[in-house]
Amino acid sequence: MTTSLFERLGGEAAVNAAVDIFYRKVLSDDRINTFFEGVDMEKQAAKQKAFLTFAFGGPNNYTGKDMRDGHAHLVKQGLSDEHFDAVVENLAATLKELNVSDELVTEVAQIAESTRNDVLGR
Amino acid sequence: MVKITFEGERYTCTDSESVLDCLTRHGHDIPSSCHSGVCQTCMMRAVNGNPPAEAQTDLKATLAAQNYFLACSCKPKSDLEVVLAGSEVVQRVTARIVDKQTLNQEIVKISLRCQQPFTYQPGQFLNVFRRDGLSRSYSIASIPQENETIDLHVRKLEGGQMSTWLHDELAIDDELDVSGATGDCFYVPGDPSQNLLLVGTGSGLAPLWGILRDALARGHHGTIHLFHGSHSVVGLYLIDELRTLTQHHENFHYTPCVSSDDVPEGFTPGRADQVALKQYPKLDGWRIYLCGHPEMVAVLKRRAFLSGASLQDIYADPFVISSQK
Repeated sequence: MTTSLFERLGGEAAVNAAVDIFYRKVLSDDRINTFFEGVDMEKQAAKQKAFLTFAFGGPNNYTGKDMRDGHAHLVKQGLSDEHFDAVVENLAATLKELNVSDELVTEVAQIAESTRNDVLGR
Repeated sequence: MVKITFEGERYTCTDSESVLDCLTRHGHDIPSSCHSGVCQTCMMRAVNGNPPAEAQTDLKATLAAQNYFLACSCKPKSDLEVVLAGSEVVQRVTARIVDKQTLNQEIVKISLRCQQPFTYQPGQFLNVFRRDGLSRSYSIASIPQENETIDLHVRKLEGGQMSTWLHDELAIDDELDVSGATGDCFYVPGDPSQNLLLVGTGSGLAPLWGILRDALARGHHGTIHLFHGSHSVVGLYLIDELRTLTQHHENFHYTPCVSSDDVPEGFTPGRADQVALKQYPKLDGWRIYLCGHPEMVAVLKRRAFLSGASLQDIYADPFVISSQK
């Protein structure tokens, strides 16, 4: 029996460890932080956590439609591949900071990648 | 079998069901999204009974203390009566003005006594209602351990209908209606050795004055540092009282900040938020309370988080200034 990606990463505790680091990186990244101006930080952190749970292969109810609807207003403001890449980069850097192996980082990045077209409304 | 009461009906919750499953099965449309205890969309509050700890793991300590919980991860072990978060009915009570004291040129302390028992956490706010229906929110500056009255610090805003009325017309022995106390910016013991950073501007000192004394009265022994800021010295208040507190509690520190050029001895030049961050550039593990000007609160919340504080540990109470004044 193979253990799931979520278990190999360390489950919910891993998400909890990652969410603050990830959100700090995103807010400090001048390529993308303007998209987060004026948002409710608690609500945003909860969304980041839901996204990380999904990207870590954990239990989730994320749907492509949610991703589309949730980012439609940002797409109008110019959200593009470049910004999506920046988020994936921050995600990988977060995991590296938590000493996650390159192999698992690649798996997480692939799951995140699967949302690209929905996020960018294509 | 455990019973869940919601909107006046009692439902049986089966062993494997969450509160969310149970209410959904009975035809209620409870807002929800992730169903895994993450997104907090399904937050509810138990008004009777106690939710299990698992349903509160990721909530702010002050929300958990008020029995908020996540319906999707709540498998109750005992009966609960629940309401949707945000839909709680807040009772109005009549209060009499028992004292009015000038704190500085623009701020008066108004002390109220309610006819019915009034429970609150220092730092929470209540709504004050004038007879004609006008209402405004004010933070509670008193602490129940020391004060028999409920104290509000009211700053007179230019053209402010409520604050002008409270300052100029309301007299001792007059009555007005107030709502019950709400809000999640208050002290919970948690880890009593945690360091606390308190930053406020103007009458944003009101909730902090309550939170600070509550923390000290309950034996908090980590560092507590209050930065209170105003444009000039006359905008500050309770200066002597705060300095006296520093003499009685060696873990308490007070830095009054003045942002204009005229800074007398004993005061620190600069804006309170900037002075605080300069002194504490790393805030890992700190608990932070921010009250006052909405822009200062928003900026400092973000900067405190980027400086290492966990979002769970940042409590903010920005003033809401009515556009109608």
